[in-house]
Amino acid sequence: MSFADLRQDFPILKRLVRGKPLAYLDNAATSQKPRQVIEALVDFYENHNANVHRGVHTLSEESTSMVEAVRAKVADFIKAPKPETVIFTRNATESINLVAHAWGRKFLKPGDEIVLTEMEHHSNIVPWQLLAEEKGVKLRFVPVEPDGTLDLEKVKAAMTPKTRLFSFTAVSNALGTVNPVQEMISIGKAAGATVLVDACQWAPHRPIDVGSWGADFIAFSAHKMLGPTGIGVLWGREELLEAMDPFLGGGDMISRVTLEKSQWNALPFKFEAGTPNFADAAAFGPALDYLNAVGLDVLRKHEEALAAKARAMLEAEPAVTLLGPEDPARRSGVVSFNIAGLHPHDVGTVFDLEGVAIRVGHHCCQPLMRKLKCGGTARASFYLYNDESDLEAMARALKRTLEFFKVAPQAGAR
Amino acid sequence: MEGDAELQDLYREVLMDYYRSSARKGEAEAADLRAHGINPVCGDELEITARREGGRIAQLRYTGHGCVISQASAAMMAEALEGAGVDRAKELVKAFKAMMIENAAVASLPAELEQLCALEGVRRFPLRVKCATLGWNTMLQGLEGPSGEDPR
Repeated sequence: MSFADLRQDFPILKRLVRGKPLAYLDNAATSQKPRQVIEALVDFYENHNANVHRGVHTLSEESTSMVEAVRAKVADFIKAPKPETVIFTRNATESINLVAHAWGRKFLKPGDEIVLTEMEHHSNIVPWQLLAEEKGVKLRFVPVEPDGTLDLEKVKAAMTPKTRLFSFTAVSNALGTVNPVQEMISIGKAAGATVLVDACQWAPHRPIDVGSWGADFIAFSAHKMLGPTGIGVLWGREELLEAMDPFLGGGDMISRVTLEKSQWNALPFKFEAGTPNFADAAAFGPALDYLNAVGLDVLRKHEEALAAKARAMLEAEPAVTLLGPEDPARRSGVVSFNIAGLHPHDVGTVFDLEGVAIRVGHHCCQPLMRKLKCGGTARASFYLYNDESDLEAMARALKRTLEFFKVAPQAGAR
Repeated sequence: MEGDAELQDLYREVLMDYYRSSARKGEAEAADLRAHGINPVCGDELEITARREGGRIAQLRYTGHGCVISQASAAMMAEALEGAGVDRAKELVKAFKAMMIENAAVASLPAELEQLCALEGVRRFPLRVKCATLGWNTMLQGLEGPSGEDPR
């Protein structure tokens, strides 16, 4: 397989943006979709569409088995022994909220503590703030070091006898920091906490092994890993999922309903109330097949090599400051930077005029941005279909930005 | 900046001048109007303070951080609205928003807002229109109160 051939599978890469070929470097926000996924969606609606887990007609049987086959595929992808421990949600945000509602509300008491880190996405802060307010639970935050990493000693120090939950991101979406997931899970477990890993930025690039990780919950989104929007995953330890109350009430999640009381359905359906997003779930399968065919290790080497070249290009400009860890082993394919005297929005607009799609702003990490004392950053994030042409477009955009705004070469920018 | 017509259309020289200018940055003395605006999409923030005297805006200042568009637009607004009657100021805010959001003709801008035609190019970048209107929305909120009622 060559990475040049692989670009042909992504129809959107052929389009022009403001007259220039698209250089899509916003993969940490969402990935593009290969033809295989787009065709699977069309095929589902054209040939198999019917509600799942209802009725006995042929189409319903087909759609049900297609969705359940994808559930099994997700379980394989993260090496989960039981497909029923894979819950389909709308996205990782909903997965985290599910845990906050169904686990947190039932099991947390006033005075209990939840440990988070300062590098979390808003989706791994706000659900816990809402829960903290409701239940009288206290939030503690592991501080972020100036280079955008976490100090494991400070992770340990954040744990107390009252810590009931440790929830953290495996990879920072804003800085590209790759956290020592295994060690952090062990610290949380050793403190007696339930551990949730936000694997949104990890799952598209690196293998997950629920058994060796030893976490209790893992959340990620299909749309960042070649899959359709509207499908997220929550994997949970079976005994915890069993002990939890349902998240939403409605059809599919019950086994017996009387006017007074209901009995909950078995896993995973207890957490999948109402008609689920079965069409997108079905089309998530080919996305996983695609990632498996390329191989996560091969993919990661490719995108991290591009990211390293992008960093080198940016580093050569004295007016540019790079954020995130220096150590390549602790970096993902995310390159976060700022240009002296320029707001990231203005940088993003010039890049857009060169067809280069990057994310600019606070990346839904306002507390992290405040900590690093920057209002935002410009972020280029690479994936398997990016290539040298994207780097060339980025170089043109960078040059144009520096020239137009007459950015003086100076160090110490942010 | 010579030669990059496409960027010059968006970032006109006059905008860059206002962006760099600190003439109306700071806090109004004895302010009786204070409004805080935030663009949740990008995190840009503006704090607008003003002092009203005899139904007119005697002094108008802003502080904050953000992109060229949001900061230049706030600076131009501070210049255009200072000295205006309070009711006239509201009309001007609405006229500016009509130009940016409803694509009203630039030629229909009131004389006090003549300079604001420099923001015309922003309309080609729909996601940046919110940057241009941040200061104006914040000011309107200050003039009308949080519930839309006139606090005077």
